[in-house]
Amino acid sequence: MHTTSLHIAFDVEQIRRHFPILNRLVKEKPLVYFDNAATSQKPIEVIEALSNYYKFYNANIHRGIHSLAEEATAAYEATRDTVQQFINAAHREEIIFTRGVTESINLVAYTWARTNLKAGDEIIITGMEHHSNIVPWQMIAEITGAKLKVIPVDDNGELIMEEFHKLLNEKTKLVSVVHASNSLGTINPVKEIIDASHKAGAMVMLDGAQSTVHLDIDVQELDCDFFAISSHKVYGPTGIGVLYGKKALLEAMPPFMGGGEMIKEVTFEKTTWNELPYKFEAGTPNIADTVAFKAAIDFLNKIGKKQIRHHEDELLQYATAELEAINGLRMIGKAKHKVSVASFIVEGVHPQDLGILLDNQGVAVRTGHHCTQPLMNRFGISGTVRASFAMYNTKDEIDVMIMALKKAIKLLR
Amino acid sequence: MTQIKTIQDTEEEIIDEFSLFDSWDEKYEYIIDMGKKLKPLEDEYKKEGNKIKGCQSTVWMVSEFKDGKVFYRAESDAVIVKGLVSMLIRVLSGHTPKEILDAKLEFIDKIGMKQHLAQTRSNGLLAMVKQMKLDASVYSAQQITKN
Ligand SMILES: Cc1ncc(COP(=O)(O)O)c(C=O)c1O
Repeated sequence: MHTTSLHIAFDVEQIRRHFPILNRLVKEKPLVYFDNAATSQKPIEVIEALSNYYKFYNANIHRGIHSLAEEATAAYEATRDTVQQFINAAHREEIIFTRGVTESINLVAYTWARTNLKAGDEIIITGMEHHSNIVPWQMIAEITGAKLKVIPVDDNGELIMEEFHKLLNEKTKLVSVVHASNSLGTINPVKEIIDASHKAGAMVMLDGAQSTVHLDIDVQELDCDFFAISSHKVYGPTGIGVLYGKKALLEAMPPFMGGGEMIKEVTFEKTTWNELPYKFEAGTPNIADTVAFKAAIDFLNKIGKKQIRHHEDELLQYATAELEAINGLRMIGKAKHKVSVASFIVEGVHPQDLGILLDNQGVAVRTGHHCTQPLMNRFGISGTVRASFAMYNTKDEIDVMIMALKKAIKLLR
Repeated sequence: MTQIKTIQDTEEEIIDEFSLFDSWDEKYEYIIDMGKKLKPLEDEYKKEGNKIKGCQSTVWMVSEFKDGKVFYRAESDAVIVKGLVSMLIRVLSGHTPKEILDAKLEFIDKIGMKQHLAQTRSNGLLAMVKQMKLDASVYSAQQITKN
């Protein structure tokens, strides 16, 4: 008899059954999906939530008085409650739906930063940021005259915290830091960064693109001012994400985009803004994906992040040991605390060639600079091969990758 | 007089060669082999102006116009791209600008390598084809102005 007691024992074979895509073949080989840091695959619960929305209660929200509109609105707002609990936000209106981390960061840049920064102010980021946590600040610096400062990264891929404390001063207005690095896996000491920044009078934004799926997120305990999430990296659909912001900050910020939904009253002379969170959700939102995002969080909660973390840590340790045993292979990112990202280069072999040959064996990895070019420059490389693991991956799959890798290296050298 | 191979002829030739392989492994082995055999470009040519930048790998290419025909030489930092580049050179080099501009290069699709053309962001191959054609059209324009 089959009862899914997922919350009791972590059973990877059971979990795999929830992900239909894992059954497919690539180049006539079973798919080994190790590109989870780019986007995770979706459980059937999420896929069904998405199609059920369109099949049974598609309607525009917050406006209609008919039953469908009511159901759709309830489902949309239920996701907000679920996210609030998921990251332990104090208020539901602190959860703003966006398209993802990129939009969340841009929202803060174009509303909070644009109105609060002036020439001479400083923004601190790190040397391991994704381009989406670099470029918006460069654009805002250009507009306001603020300066961008960068916390350097050491050879292990950890932040040099002494340098951070030196950079921090009364001119620092914002510190925006990646919680866990997509290229290296490094989990940054964000609590230390937040506490020190607040003492210096600076706000802190965390890029939670990689951390949300692996770590327990408690924004009140962290005390961060802003936190950004992409659903598609948390087993949810693409096109939906979250900006968490402290209520007082969000209330003081001007709106990001103008349009329907975000207004209270419109006349040609003056328009007043709607209250939070709607002030920041102009236009018809991405209802279907928002509704399905709830299914992803529910699924994740049911299995439990703690058990998943344990499983992923085992995979990471196993993969790291197996990779390091390969002649000429060098791990990039050896931080003490890591999420399940194994980034590496192989002497004399181009990462792209490895990526193509691994794909031939059905193994999907990411190669290149992972949208972190300054970090690659720091290590003096053009890119890495990155294998990143999720709850549904197995040691057997790592064996397939290692075999494929050895075969590829032999061919390429 | 020996007949000069047309672009079409060389494309057919390559398609025939690939038809002998029945696995992806063998195809890529062959491409890697061609990549390794491609005569390297002297360092003086590996400069910014000759660079065709993809997102991941880089191709350097130079061309020369002699007796009404275009001759290409190129190299890449990635072996598989180098192998693909070597095939493009084999097909296009030594032909007139018009022949090159008219070439459809269907062999890439027929040997199952179309994905390397589609991934415009991850390698320089499509950019390479464009640059080869661009050079040909420049030579063609020069020819017209001279005549
Ligand atoms: C660390 C990090 N930040 C930001 C992003 C951007 O996320 P999105 O493309 O979902 O907006 C990513 C995704 O690749 C990421 O890994």
